Amino acid sequence: MTQRLDGKIAVISGGASGMGVSHTRRMIHEGAKVVSFDLNKGAGPSLVEELGQDKLLFLRGDVRNADDWDRVVAAGRQHFGIPNVLVNNAGISPLQSLEKVTEEDYRRVIDINQVGTFLGMRALIPSLRENGGSIINIASTAALVAFADIFPYVASKWAVRGMTKAAALELASYGIRVNSVCPGDTDTPMIRSIADTPSGALPPADDLPFKRWAQPEEVSAAVVFLASNESSYMSGSEIVVDGAFTAQ
Amino acid sequence: MDRVRDKVAIVSGAASGMGVEHVRALIREGAVVVGFDLTEGQGPMLVEELGSNRFQFLAGRSVTSASDWAEVVKHCQSTFGPPTVLVNNAGIFRSTRVESVSEDAYRSVIDVNQVGPFLGMQSVIAAMRYSGGGSIINICSTSGLVAFEDNFAYVASKWAVRGMTKAAALELAADSIRVNAVCPGETETPMLLNSNEPGTALPPESFPFGRWAKPEEIASAVVFLASDESSYMSGSELVVDGAYTAA
Repeated sequence: MTQRLDGKIAVISGGASGMGVSHTRRMIHEGAKVVSFDLNKGAGPSLVEELGQDKLLFLRGDVRNADDWDRVVAAGRQHFGIPNVLVNNAGISPLQSLEKVTEEDYRRVIDINQVGTFLGMRALIPSLRENGGSIINIASTAALVAFADIFPYVASKWAVRGMTKAAALELASYGIRVNSVCPGDTDTPMIRSIADTPSGALPPADDLPFKRWAQPEEVSAAVVFLASNESSYMSGSEIVVDGAFTAQ
Repeated sequence: MDRVRDKVAIVSGAASGMGVEHVRALIREGAVVVGFDLTEGQGPMLVEELGSNRFQFLAGRSVTSASDWAEVVKHCQSTFGPPTVLVNNAGIFRSTRVESVSEDAYRSVIDVNQVGPFLGMQSVIAAMRYSGGGSIINICSTSGLVAFEDNFAYVASKWAVRGMTKAAALELAADSIRVNAVCPGETETPMLLNSNEPGTALPPESFPFGRWAKPEEIASAVVFLASDESSYMSGSELVVDGAYTAA
């Protein structure tokens, strides 16, 4: 049986936790090889145990560092071959308002979420150009609308959405597609950590049309679709996985 | 190949163009399909190709008729069971400008492209609710995201489809019925290829990909939305336009 991501070699940032773990599992399940990296070890080593070194390479790396990106790409090329998929997944979402956020904190969010995504795209272009490729930037519903008190995050995600479209135009002639996935509230450690509930429970979902948060796998399904050749005419677009939240 | 196994799909405008590819792709991934169209077109050929145990085709049915929709749904119920997927695919293009279009011409485009999908959505709600949920896929267009000259009525109808998709998504969420749109850019179909009217289509060279979409590239988006993989998607648009609207 031909798998949907047969022959795909994917680089993914922030692969040690949350959505990154889910995307990694899903892509490998569909036949891809994955080069994953993160600032922290997190679930990285145990994922390699679970999925096999012939499927998953896990490295330490910082998305803010261009040299780290080059090192990850070089290691991936050596271990598996020329990457043809990039998933810019690493991100942070601290609660900070415009009025109160320090410049340092603002820059930190922009550095990881936005500059990290830019550096990733730039670092992968030479590889993706060789055989064509697909770049998937994890944005957010916060890239489509705005939310209060998460000011730098909103800025960074709108930037990711815009960069996705600009890159799509510039890289089309190289056979590289660039799209984003915009998840709504998703059940991940990152979101549980900023939810204002005791013991990290999920807050109530009464104001969500689906009355529940997304599971990471529901976002990973969109990543797989964009990584595969099924989405061969999609570029510069967003797949919105938000249970009709932004339809309101 | 079972991404939509056990799904029962209705596809309007199944006799030609994109509709044919939606039918093929859904059946390849395990669904059964009832297709219908005004004319026979490739319908009977498709039944031969796919088998009447997987694909049923009804000719002479119009998306503009509520009773035709009721007939199609009834045929589906008795042949395959209640529909759990609806692909509102039928559509027409006419070259029209705001200043000169006749009321008749305007209404005829709105009837097929906008009222058709509305009637279609209404016709399947009870069955989908009974089944515990479903997925409605409205074929919209880049003309539902931006505008083009000589496309006045078409643009109106497609923006309406995009809005209806979101409103229906909110209203049907409690029934686990998801409603999404697919917005293709120019696609190699008879609707575009057989028309010389102004505003029909921009030439392939004017696109970032240097080519139009193939109908199969739209059908794959339909399969994704029909399948449970898109279980948290509703009220959204899948834009399949090779970065056209990114500019």
